[in-house]
Amino acid sequence: MIARFAIRLFLAAMALLLAAPLAVVAGVSINEKKSLTFPPQGFSLAWYGEIFAEAGWRNALFASLGIALASAALAVIVALPLAWFLWRRHAPWARLVQLLGFAPFVLPPVITALGFLSFWNAAGFYGAAWTVVISHGIFFVTLPLVTLTLGFEAIDGSLVEAAATMGADEPTILRTVVLPLILPYMISGFAFAFVLSLNEYIVAYMTVGFTVETLPIRIFNSLRYGYTPTMAAVAVLFVVIAAVVFGLVARFGDLPKLLGAWSPRED
Amino acid sequence: MIRTAPRRLVDYAPIAWPALMLVLFFVLPFGLMLAVSFFRRVPGGFYQPDFVLANYARFLTAFFGNVLGFSLGLALLVAVIAVALAFPFTYLLSRMRRRQQVPWLVFLLAVLSLSEVIIGFSWSTLLSRTAGVTNLLVLIGLMDQPVSLSPGFGAVLTGMTYQAFPYAVLVLYPSLSRLDPTLTEAARTLGASPLRSFFTVVVPALRNAILATVIMVFVFALGSYLLPQLLGRPQQWTLSVLITDQAIYQSNMPFAAAMAVFLVLVSLALVVLSTLLGQKEGRT
Amino acid sequence: MSGLVLDGIAKSFGTVVALHELSLTIPQGKFVCLLGPSGCGKTTLLRLVAGLDLPSAGRIRLDGADITDLPAHRRDFGMVFQSLALFPHLSVGENIAYPLRIRGASKADQAAEVTRLLDLVRLPGIADRPVSRLSGGQRQRVAIARALALKPKLFLLDEPLSALDAKLREAMQIELKLLQERLGITTIVVTHDQREAMTMADLVVVMSAGRIQQAAPPVEVYCHPVNAFVADFIGTTNLLQGQVVAPGRLGLPAGEISVPGLPAGGATAISVRPENLRLHAEGGGENRVAACVTFIRDLGATVEMRLDAAGQELILVMPPADLPELRPGAGVFVELPAAACVVLSP
Repeated sequence: MIARFAIRLFLAAMALLLAAPLAVVAGVSINEKKSLTFPPQGFSLAWYGEIFAEAGWRNALFASLGIALASAALAVIVALPLAWFLWRRHAPWARLVQLLGFAPFVLPPVITALGFLSFWNAAGFYGAAWTVVISHGIFFVTLPLVTLTLGFEAIDGSLVEAAATMGADEPTILRTVVLPLILPYMISGFAFAFVLSLNEYIVAYMTVGFTVETLPIRIFNSLRYGYTPTMAAVAVLFVVIAAVVFGLVARFGDLPKLLGAWSPRED
Repeated sequence: MIRTAPRRLVDYAPIAWPALMLVLFFVLPFGLMLAVSFFRRVPGGFYQPDFVLANYARFLTAFFGNVLGFSLGLALLVAVIAVALAFPFTYLLSRMRRRQQVPWLVFLLAVLSLSEVIIGFSWSTLLSRTAGVTNLLVLIGLMDQPVSLSPGFGAVLTGMTYQAFPYAVLVLYPSLSRLDPTLTEAARTLGASPLRSFFTVVVPALRNAILATVIMVFVFALGSYLLPQLLGRPQQWTLSVLITDQAIYQSNMPFAAAMAVFLVLVSLALVVLSTLLGQKEGRT
Repeated sequence: MSGLVLDGIAKSFGTVVALHELSLTIPQGKFVCLLGPSGCGKTTLLRLVAGLDLPSAGRIRLDGADITDLPAHRRDFGMVFQSLALFPHLSVGENIAYPLRIRGASKADQAAEVTRLLDLVRLPGIADRPVSRLSGGQRQRVAIARALALKPKLFLLDEPLSALDAKLREAMQIELKLLQERLGITTIVVTHDQREAMTMADLVVVMSAGRIQQAAPPVEVYCHPVNAFVADFIGTTNLLQGQVVAPGRLGLPAGEISVPGLPAGGATAISVRPENLRLHAEGGGENRVAACVTFIRDLGATVEMRLDAAGQELILVMPPADLPELRPGAGVFVELPAAACVVLSP
C-alpha cells in the first residue's frame, strides 16, 4: 500500500518536473499584456495569432516546416535502400555504411554542424537555402534508418519466399509485399526526422544561419532583444506539434515496439 | 529467407546511393574538418592550407584546461543525475500495461525532441523573477519576494538534466522492458520486499546497461551548446559553446575544428566503450 | 519420363552438410511425405525442389526438363509454408488472387478464380475478410487455396498442419489427401509426424542426418523397415540385438529363436512390432522366450504390457479382452513369431 503510494508519488513528481517549464511557458503565452508574467494576467490568444500575422514569425514557421518536410523525406529516401539492402542481401561490409548512418546522431551535434560549415564553405555554397535540407537529411538519417531496420526485421521472411513461389520477381515482391509492410515504419521514421528537424538549431545555424531564419534560430535571435509572449506561443506550438506527431505514430503503430520493447505477440 | 550476396553491378545499386550520400555529406565534411584543424588561420579572413599543430597546442593553456575539465565534469554530473532518476522511472514505466506506457512515451518523445532553444527559454522563464516558480512560492506565502534563479550553475545543471532525462529513459527502455519479469517475482517468492528485489535483482542484472547509459548520456550532454549560454554565465560555458563561438564569432575555424576533433575522439572512445559494455551484457 | 527426378542432389551450408548426395524419383500424381526428425534435411530438400535454395551438387528434372537453375518465381509450383505466410496486408481474396494479379489477370478472372478456390477448400464467401480474423483451420485452407491458384505442376507443403491441435490436424490430413486425389496433383509434404505421413502418403521418404533411410509405401515402411532408425521412428517397436548362432537361428539373451533372412553370422538386430508378440502361460513352443512382467497399462482401446526378457525390454500390445489375470512380477512366456521378425541392416 505504502509502496504503491510511493510509486505514484514518484511518477507524479517526474511528470510535474517534465511538464513544469512547458506549463509556465503555456501560461506566459496566454498573457494579455506583452510582458513575461506568471501566473498569467488575463487571457489572450493574440500571441498565437502573432505567429501567423507577423511576417518574421510567419516566414520562419514556413521556412522551418519546408526544411523539416524536405529533409525528413530525404532522410527516408537515403535510409530506405540502405535498410533494405542490409536486410535482403548478405554483405557484411555493408555494416560499415550502416555505421556511417548511425554516426551523425551519436556524435555531439556541434561536430556535424562544424563539418557541414567547412564543407559548404569549401564547396562554395555556404548560405544557400537548400544546403540545410541536405545537412538535416544526413544529420537525421539515423532515425528512419533505425525504424526501417526494425521494420524489415519484423517482416516474416517466408512472406518473401511465398511471393517468389507464386511467381513474383524481386521488383514485384518489393512493390506488392515489402513496401506495404514497411510503410508504417517509413512514416514513423519520417515523423521522427520531421519533428527533430523542426527543432534543430545548431546545424541550421552553422549552414544557413545568416540567410534563412528557422523558428529555433528566430527564437534564439529574439532572445537577445528580450523575451516576448510570441516566443512562448511558438514554444507551445512546437510541443503540440511533437505531441500530435508522436501521438499519431503511437495511434497507427506499436510505439513501445518501435522504441525497443519486445512485441507482446512475439512468442 | 535466404539473403543472397550481391553479384551483378545492378545488385549494388540500392546501397550505392545511400553510401554516396553519406560519404559525400558526412565523411567528406568530417575529413575536411579534420584537415582544417591543421590549417593556419589568416587573421581577418578565413584560413589557408598548411600543417600546423598550433591549434592543438592551444589546448594546453590553463583556460582550455579549465573549460575541458568543467565540460567533462558537468556532463558527468548531468549523466549520473539523469540516469539515477531515469532508471527507477523507466523500470516502473516498463512494468506498466502497454496502453499506459504509450502516453508516457509520447510525452517523453515530445520533450526529447524539443529544441535546446525552447528548453533554455522555458527554464529561463520558469527560473526568472517575473514569471518564475518563485512567484508561486510567494503566492502561497513561502517567500517574501520573487527572485531570479537564472543564470547560474544550478540553472545550467537543471536545464541539461531536464534535456538528458528523456534520452536516458529511452536508452534504458529496451533493456528494462525486455527484463524477464519472473526474475523479480522469483525474488519476491523468496521473501524479498519490492524495494529490496529492485536493488538486489534488477539493478545488478542491468549493471552494464546502466553504465552504458551513463556513457551515452554523458556524450549527449557533452553536445549541449545552447543551454550553458541561455542559462549560465560565461564561466559555465562548455567545449561545445566554445567551438560554436570560435567558429562563428571569432571566425577561427582551424581552432574550432581542432576542438571538435578532440571532442569527437573523446565521444568515440566513450561510445565504443559503451558498445563493448552492451555486448558483454548480451553474452551473459 | 513424367514426374520429378532428383539426381545426385547434395546441399551444404558452409562446412555444414545439410544433405548428403541423394537421388529420388517421384512419379506424376503421387503424394509423397518427407518424414524425419528436426534437422534431418527434409525441409532443405523441399526448398531445393521449390527453388528457394540452390543445390551444391546434382540436377533436378521435372518431366524431363532440367529446372535446377530456374529461379523460384519461374517454376510455377504451389507452396504452403510452415508459417503459412499469408500476407497480413491483404484480404483473404487478395491473398488467393495474388499470383493471378501479378500476372496481370483481369479483375473478373481473379474474382472467379477466388470463388472457385474458396469453394474447393470449403470456405465459400469469406473473400473480403482480413486474414487476421481467421481461425487456425481457416488460415490453413486459405494458404492451400492460394498455393493451388496457379494449377501448379507440383504442390509443396512444409509442415503445413503443425500449428493445429490434434483433432483438427487429423481432419485436415484426410481432407488434404482427398483434395490431392481429386486434383491428381503431384504433392510433397514435409512432416515430422509419422501418423500424418501414414495417413496421406503414397510414398514415405524417411530421412535422417541428411540421408534418405528408406523410400517406400507406408505399409512397407511400417512392416519392413530397413534399419533400426526407420523401425524406431515409425511407430513403436521392439529392437532386439542378438547373435546368429546357426543358419536361420538368432540367439537372444532369453533364448534362441528362428528368424528368416538372417545373415551368415555375427551380431544382428531385428525388429518385432508390439502387436505381433503373443503371450503364453507355458513355454516350449516355437520362438518362445521366458519373460517377467514389469508394467501394465490399460489404454482403453488396447493394453500395453512391458516385460523383461533376460535384460531385454519387450513391449507387447493386445486387445483388453485378451488380458489374463497378471500382476507385475509374474513370469510368462512371449512368442516372437518368425514371420513378424524383420532383420535390420546395420
